Amino acid sequence: MKTGSSRQRTLIRIGQKVLSLHALFSYLFLYLPIIILIIFSFNNSKSVFRWAGFTTHWYLDLFSDPRIMSALKNSLIVASASTIASTIFGTMVSIAMERYDFFGKLPFDALLYLPIVIPDITMAVMLLVFFVTIHMPLGLHTIIISHIAFNISFVSVTVRARLASLDPALEEAAQDLYANEWQTFWKVTFPLLLPGIIGGALMAFTLSLDDYVITFFTAGARSTTLPLRIYSMVKTGVKPDINALSSLMMMVSMALVVLSLLLQRKGGEGVTIQ
Amino acid sequence: MAESIPAVELEHVTKRFGNVVAVNDVTLRIAEGEFFSLLGPSGCGKTTTLRMIAGFEMPTAGVVRIRGQEMGETPPFKRPVNTVFQSYALFPHLTVAQNVAFGLEMQKVPRKEIKQRVAEALEMVRLPQMANRKPKQLSGGQRQRIALARALVNRPQVLLLDEPLGALDLKLRKAMQLELKALQSQVGITFIYVTHDQEEALTMSDRIAVMNEGRVYQVGTPREIYERPNSRFVADFIGETNFLTGRVEEVRGEQAVVLVDGTVRVVGTLTGPVSRGQEVTVAIRPEKLRLRPTGEVQGRVEELIYIGTDTRYVIRLTERSRLTVRTQNVGIGDSQRFRQGERVGLEWNDESALVLVE
Repeated sequence: MKTGSSRQRTLIRIGQKVLSLHALFSYLFLYLPIIILIIFSFNNSKSVFRWAGFTTHWYLDLFSDPRIMSALKNSLIVASASTIASTIFGTMVSIAMERYDFFGKLPFDALLYLPIVIPDITMAVMLLVFFVTIHMPLGLHTIIISHIAFNISFVSVTVRARLASLDPALEEAAQDLYANEWQTFWKVTFPLLLPGIIGGALMAFTLSLDDYVITFFTAGARSTTLPLRIYSMVKTGVKPDINALSSLMMMVSMALVVLSLLLQRKGGEGVTIQ
Repeated sequence: MAESIPAVELEHVTKRFGNVVAVNDVTLRIAEGEFFSLLGPSGCGKTTTLRMIAGFEMPTAGVVRIRGQEMGETPPFKRPVNTVFQSYALFPHLTVAQNVAFGLEMQKVPRKEIKQRVAEALEMVRLPQMANRKPKQLSGGQRQRIALARALVNRPQVLLLDEPLGALDLKLRKAMQLELKALQSQVGITFIYVTHDQEEALTMSDRIAVMNEGRVYQVGTPREIYERPNSRFVADFIGETNFLTGRVEEVRGEQAVVLVDGTVRVVGTLTGPVSRGQEVTVAIRPEKLRLRPTGEVQGRVEELIYIGTDTRYVIRLTERSRLTVRTQNVGIGDSQRFRQGERVGLEWNDESALVLVE
């Protein structure tokens, strides 16, 4: 009996050790490559694998490379345009789905989330075939349209989560207090949804900035975005400037994601009154 | 009252949600300045009725009039009524003062007047110091009063209240009942009050409409509803009642002799036309029954419970029927006048026993 319980305790202790090791290795597996990438982006050597002192010139090189700068410009144009459009459409569609009943709502609802679950490559091919079919020349605008197409889903998921937790009596109260539908939206619904909307927009911006597959299929000759640029650079050999560029992109993405999560959490206050 | 235009009038109003009939052919006339309650169990259609007056739901059939004006499809923001919601629905992103000012701003009332009226409204609910707080920082009772101020500041012709005290604890609810009633007589606005709490309705209302399964069973003053229920449902829902079932043996004008369970004859007052041989229910309130050492109607004391102010006796009347009797403990020995197992006589005034058909 006594030995049994002490054996059990030993087992539990071992189990806890193994679990914390598991967690440690999971994080190492996820973040070690990123840390190495960042360290070597400051490596003063052409070689990626041998440390030869600290430098920032890879970063400075990036900003003087016209091809990278034009790719950055394209990426920012695509991300901004697709974010604005998808945030507006995504918010509108969430309100329609949460607050109104209409014919064909259920199938439409299911279709809305399709871009989240289907593989990128399928979506990319579909979009390419679509643009070819309607004889639309490929370029920045086709990338923007494609990014809007998948971002609407992500924005509407975020906004709907927020909308669902909003007491419908709040909107009724506004109408009861002489606000018409338009005023009700801008005075009550919108301010309360705002954290969700901004969160969705930041997520859309990040997704657009990082997208490779769909962008690759829908880009034209002179519409290279940053991820496309990086991939074509890698094909000719990995140089530290890629490390620098990747580090920068990762930092920006991470900052956006953190900001998005913070906003959604902060927005938690005031959603439910009880 | 019949001559003047009612504050709110419902004429054969029906509301269907798909196959469910939430409100079934309801006709009501609510007078100016009245404290009118819609009382019934949950799902009886009282809230849907209120929402049709507010304009959140449109009737499937029938007409809603506010001060004689047919509402038709008029949206809520164009109706001269305001609502106090069960969840209060205070805007969480606005301060208390901004919440109260909301309706006035929407009506484009001059800024100076808004400021003054908001201050007055907060004064009225005795929370002027809370103006700059957010709703989150208020207690349940305070939120309730701000919701009231936010509605009343607009000086609506009719105030609709949807179980406004439902979320409060018992003690606070009792206090708010009196406060609400006092406020209503002070402002003189018609109140339409939805509740499932019969005691609350009896305490506060000028008149009550008792609803069940989408229909209005009875409309009347609290006294009428309690003393003269017109149906088994109303008698059962309001207060405590003894029910005896039997057949009509004889009809004598306003009264009938009913043979209960084939053995005991009781005399009751009619609430509707009956014929000989008809199956009816006789309802008698426990406090209307008197116990005597002997009498025409007799029973055996089965149980006796001392509850301080009263003594409650359960009397076996027939094989199938028992009666609860409440007697006030006026003298110290009152609770010991009758013992368990003893045979006693039962007495009541004829008008206290009601012959119910429905």
